[in-house]
Amino acid sequence: MHKRFVTIWFRSLRTDWFTTRQPNLQNMPFVLALPDQGRLVITAVNELAKAQGVDKGMVVADARAILPSLQVLNDHPELSAKLLRKLADWCIRYTPAVAIDEPDGLTLDVTGCTHLWGGEAPFLKDIITRLKRLGYHIKTAIADTIGTAWGVARFGQDTPIVENGGQASALFLLPPEALRLEADVVERLYKLGLSQVSKFIAMPRTALRRRFGQQFLKRLDQALGLEEEGFIPVQAVEPYQERLPCLEPIVTATGIAIALERLLGTLCHQLQQEEKGLRIAIFKGYRMDGKIEKVEIGTNRPSHNTRHLFKLFEDKLCTIEPDPGIELFILEAQRVEPVTPAQQKIWEGARGLDDIGLSELMDRLACKIGPNRIHRYVPDEHYWPERSVKTAVSLQEELTTAWRVDRPRPIQLLSTPQLIEVTAPIPDYPPMLFRYKGILHKITRADGPERIEQEWWLQQGQHRDYYCVEDEAGCRYWLFRSGHYAPGKSYQWFIHGFFA
Amino acid sequence: MTSTRKDIIAQLQKDMLSLQGFKPMADDNGVEIELGPIKSAFPNARFPLGAVHEFICNGAEDAAATGGFIAGVLGTLMQQGGAALWISASRTIFPPALKFFGINPDKIIFIDLSKEKDILWVMEEALKTEGIAAVTCEMKEISFTASRRLQLAVEQSRVTGFILCRNQRNLSTTACVTRWKVSSLPSALPGAMPGVGFPRWNIELLKVRNGKPGTWQVEWEGGRFRHVLRVAAILQEPQKKTG
Repeated sequence: MHKRFVTIWFRSLRTDWFTTRQPNLQNMPFVLALPDQGRLVITAVNELAKAQGVDKGMVVADARAILPSLQVLNDHPELSAKLLRKLADWCIRYTPAVAIDEPDGLTLDVTGCTHLWGGEAPFLKDIITRLKRLGYHIKTAIADTIGTAWGVARFGQDTPIVENGGQASALFLLPPEALRLEADVVERLYKLGLSQVSKFIAMPRTALRRRFGQQFLKRLDQALGLEEEGFIPVQAVEPYQERLPCLEPIVTATGIAIALERLLGTLCHQLQQEEKGLRIAIFKGYRMDGKIEKVEIGTNRPSHNTRHLFKLFEDKLCTIEPDPGIELFILEAQRVEPVTPAQQKIWEGARGLDDIGLSELMDRLACKIGPNRIHRYVPDEHYWPERSVKTAVSLQEELTTAWRVDRPRPIQLLSTPQLIEVTAPIPDYPPMLFRYKGILHKITRADGPERIEQEWWLQQGQHRDYYCVEDEAGCRYWLFRSGHYAPGKSYQWFIHGFFA
Repeated sequence: MTSTRKDIIAQLQKDMLSLQGFKPMADDNGVEIELGPIKSAFPNARFPLGAVHEFICNGAEDAAATGGFIAGVLGTLMQQGGAALWISASRTIFPPALKFFGINPDKIIFIDLSKEKDILWVMEEALKTEGIAAVTCEMKEISFTASRRLQLAVEQSRVTGFILCRNQRNLSTTACVTRWKVSSLPSALPGAMPGVGFPRWNIELLKVRNGKPGTWQVEWEGGRFRHVLRVAAILQEPQKKTG
């Protein structure tokens, strides 16, 4: 397929922006200026001022002499870059590949996009009218190469559409500036009387190189399509992306759901054919007023199951605010991992943590209640009870050490040990009585002690002497004494858990 | 004549069971919970799988005993390698201890929620998911409507559910297939040795659909339930001071 590029030239980017912000500026000549070596130098001029002979680079005092009613506003140096970035994001409605062309233009790779608008002429017309509605005056052109489109947009007199392979004839009548040359090269060309591309395009290349340098030839070749030109889109084009432009802006939840369903259907079909599954997906809605609504989901395991993925999105769809209406939906798979159908068959009956049903359930739960509510524990090599388990990072995390069963551990463990009153014969006998929550328990059977030392490299404090005890009613508890018995030193007893 | 009538009644009872959502366990891979004499209380003399069981407990001691009993049953259910879910609002279960009941604690996914509403939602979603061994859920109390929803969910998926009601104010009707109450009993060691013995529980089956409720004394010993004769519990030697 032939590449097609559109360049958009904002003739007065910053002044247009100021006019949209302050509509009263529309009918008066104004300029933007920046201080430079103690004087104000004009950096941008609006149409009215330009018509009166004010131009960029003039000093404000001189311009005022020409036009006493001139309004002078402070310019922001980074304004152009910011505006272009925003406009580039906005232009993603036309094509996924948009590049910024400093200082006042955008380049769009529209290969295979224009037919959606009914051809190249309606496509360009749509861009111009929509941007005009936003307050920007632009010129555009479409051609096989960025260079030609750039030149025709800025210097072309007639049609902005350059036919396939018609670069040379389109450039024929343009001035040499249209080739994006350096200022001194342009000056030299004019000095030699080469004021049109047609006058030097047929010259021998060696002569041109000798006089104007390699860069000149490179620019010429890029414009003619003899050399590839680099193109850096503002947003990397996702390899797995589906777009759904809407004829009418969508405002209802049903409409959004239908759009999502369709996009998921096509994306999942593509993934299935390539034996891939998505891990992270983003569903974006481009609103009429230029805002972008986003919903993101993640899965535990690569999936291309339309029904499952739709369910994950479904809970979050209500967060999308369509306000004036959404005119373009995009579904991107940001992370894609291979999944083979053979494996899937195995998982269906796996009945474990690898089970597909389980991982889909986990996705749904994580979507609704948040992933931080779901825990899985694996053993850790610590004797200290609170540290003997750690939270597993994922469902698939393997054990690094085995579960220990050599020491008794209670089935219910209090998150913090609670102080109890105890009657115990010293030094190392288990207690005879203890009082917990106001109830007196008489101990009939006991095991212990099991001493667990502090891990001094993690925490300072007393060791614990644990006892399993059983009271008259048959309830079993896990008690401990913190620290040694020592004369004049206080020690405390705690309850830490309940045995089954 | 009497035998044919008996057959007819037995057949009718079976039909009623299946109409009520209790399908014969042909597809449960032959999993059978070894509960000894308790089994005689159940219809078809098998622990009802693919159903929701309700446990009543008051206080932390009861919760521990009930947790132990559930863990024992869960251990058998999970032997096929399935994973289980444990849903609760204020979880105190200590995962390493589950290993004593034959469960790999890393195969259990704990879900901690604060709202009863969320707990019920998660429980229902989980019970609908085939491929999970069992779902345990700790909540304050369960209403009839909620239990009906859960029962309908398991009828499709054949997942077994356990509900631990920690604060049931009044024993209202629920659609759960059984209602249990498990409490601790004093343990005993052979030969009147000092020390704490194997976990021993008093298991009351308060309600079982199409079965006979009853009370049993059971001990968890060597990875399986062992029935303890009531006599043994009564004839326990006088309490000994330890140490």
